[in-house]
Amino acid sequence: MHIVVCVKQVPNTTQVRINPETNTLVRDGVESILNPFDENALEMALQLKEKHAGTKVTVLTMGPPQAAEVLKEAVGRGADAVVLLCDRAFAGSDTWATSYALSTAIRKLEPADLVLFGKQAIDGDTAQVGPGVADWLGIPCIAYARKIEIADGKAVVERNFEDGYEKLETPLPCALTVLKEANVPRMASLRGKMAAKKLVLQPTTAEMVGADPAKLGLNASPTRVVKIFSPPPKTGGVKWQGEEPAVLAQRLADLLRERKLI
Amino acid sequence: MAELNYGLSELALEIRGMVREFAEARVKPVRAELDETGHFPTEILRELGKMDLMGLYIPAEYGGTFEGDSMPNLIAVEELSRICIGVSVSFAANGLGADPILLGASDEQKKKFLPALASGEKWAAYALTEPNAGSDAGSIRTTAVKKGDKYVLNGTKQWITNGGEADIYTVFAVTDKNRGARGVSAFIVEKGTPGFTFGKKENKLGIRASATRELIFEDCEVPAANLIGREGTGFIWAMKTFDVSRPGIAAQAVGLAQGALDEAVMYAKVREQFGKPIIANQGLSWMLADMATKVETARALTYATVQSIDRGVKDYSKFSAMCKVYASDVAMQVTTDAVQVFGGYGYMKEYPVEKMMRDAKILQIYEGTNQIQRDIIGLALNKEYGAVAKK
Repeated sequence: MHIVVCVKQVPNTTQVRINPETNTLVRDGVESILNPFDENALEMALQLKEKHAGTKVTVLTMGPPQAAEVLKEAVGRGADAVVLLCDRAFAGSDTWATSYALSTAIRKLEPADLVLFGKQAIDGDTAQVGPGVADWLGIPCIAYARKIEIADGKAVVERNFEDGYEKLETPLPCALTVLKEANVPRMASLRGKMAAKKLVLQPTTAEMVGADPAKLGLNASPTRVVKIFSPPPKTGGVKWQGEEPAVLAQRLADLLRERKLI
Repeated sequence: MAELNYGLSELALEIRGMVREFAEARVKPVRAELDETGHFPTEILRELGKMDLMGLYIPAEYGGTFEGDSMPNLIAVEELSRICIGVSVSFAANGLGADPILLGASDEQKKKFLPALASGEKWAAYALTEPNAGSDAGSIRTTAVKKGDKYVLNGTKQWITNGGEADIYTVFAVTDKNRGARGVSAFIVEKGTPGFTFGKKENKLGIRASATRELIFEDCEVPAANLIGREGTGFIWAMKTFDVSRPGIAAQAVGLAQGALDEAVMYAKVREQFGKPIIANQGLSWMLADMATKVETARALTYATVQSIDRGVKDYSKFSAMCKVYASDVAMQVTTDAVQVFGGYGYMKEYPVEKMMRDAKILQIYEGTNQIQRDIIGLALNKEYGAVAKK
């Protein structure tokens, strides 16, 4: 089995600073770390590797040269191969362009049975890249996964909701975005750290993965950040229960009509 | 934080960073619970094994990462001890159990038993102490009688660290009762050998996460191939083990004392009385200064001893005893003072220093009481100066 884990290097702070001119993240002078949710995705891959003999784990990131650090961290924990997608052509990519770029890199690798992502990155917080890559690759995607079992070319995945979970079955290959609840990420081993130190990373360019330049970078990104603000806190909503389903359905329909939602 | 340059290798520094991060992330959140319940830190040791940290003292040819530098293992013990010595003793006891194998076993025996210890897949324990043989280790009564290609063991071992949890035990037993200490032999006994069972687990003042248990041998047949060295050499392996393991106790003491100092200084900076932080009082800051000085002195002596052993200094049992006795006395003093700095809060279980003080006491007792250590130092002095006098 071949598992590809897509990871992102993010600033280690909850106080993310935004450049007011470009509305993009200011990365200078901020310590960078492996995105915490991506740690859970990597851990899921490594646990599957321990369970299924012959599994190979490839970790892929797109970013500036210093993003090599998160790949070294991944090697320290047990990743078999890493890819640093690094090219000025990618600069300023939004989630659409990033998803496209990552998908081209994944296509260049040996066929992946599973493509894992963290639930979201703690800087942009969009949670869009995982599903986006799955779409470019034309494979099913299950977001918010907390558990996976693989047997007979299929994956059985538990997907979390606010008040419960679904158990889904999907053929492979598929993509998953992984929750924090999935596991406790391991720390790098001594031998892994030694291997990571010796690692010499050659950047993989847009040309090497055959990416269409018209779909890369800031100019190809349809997203325009107009304004950034804190959303109002979510309120509890209304909950009805204990009555006949027909009565509840009628009441719901009335309310939706009253608010002109249907 | 400012620190002395002890000339540590890149590997030793790497290990320090890894274990410090590990202890903060994995041990600190559970240490109070482990202390309260007395649960063995199984998960923690398993994870240390996965991180390749259980084989730091085992040579590469037997699956470990040891290449002549004992500091990485010593520092791993120190860093775990900074957070919890109940955990660090469970970790370090593997090395204690394995030392007689490293020192006296054949290449074949080493190849058979050491790789599983290096990977952390199996754990080890050292079984010398008996109800009537503590400091007087030569008076053990467990017997081993040769019967064909086997030895039959009978007797009881007491207070064995990692007892019940370990898979591989180095057991000392009498093969010739007429020869005293020279009639003692060392054996490798595997858990699950018929006739080998475990007695009660002790309820202790400190290091409560560690397992301290009786080993019971009733007509337990051990393959003769598991004899370490020759018959009658057991006491030599037992004593040589202590010479190399005592700096490990000193490292526990240094780590524990450092942990207590860290807590005390941080508290003294934030605790305000009479309108100012208590560290602003000279009486208290001098107390902290003495604590810090003692911790660094203990560390310097301990590191110097281990580095000297690595550099080939031969007569080091005196120095092993010195660093053990000094660092453990320092740990007792510094943890007691840390409780004092915390005042009433220090006496409460909500704060970590009362545990540190309870934990510290064992360091003055195990692997040879501090009185025995002073005996070793005194005997060495008598011998060394005697030789000079004759000249």
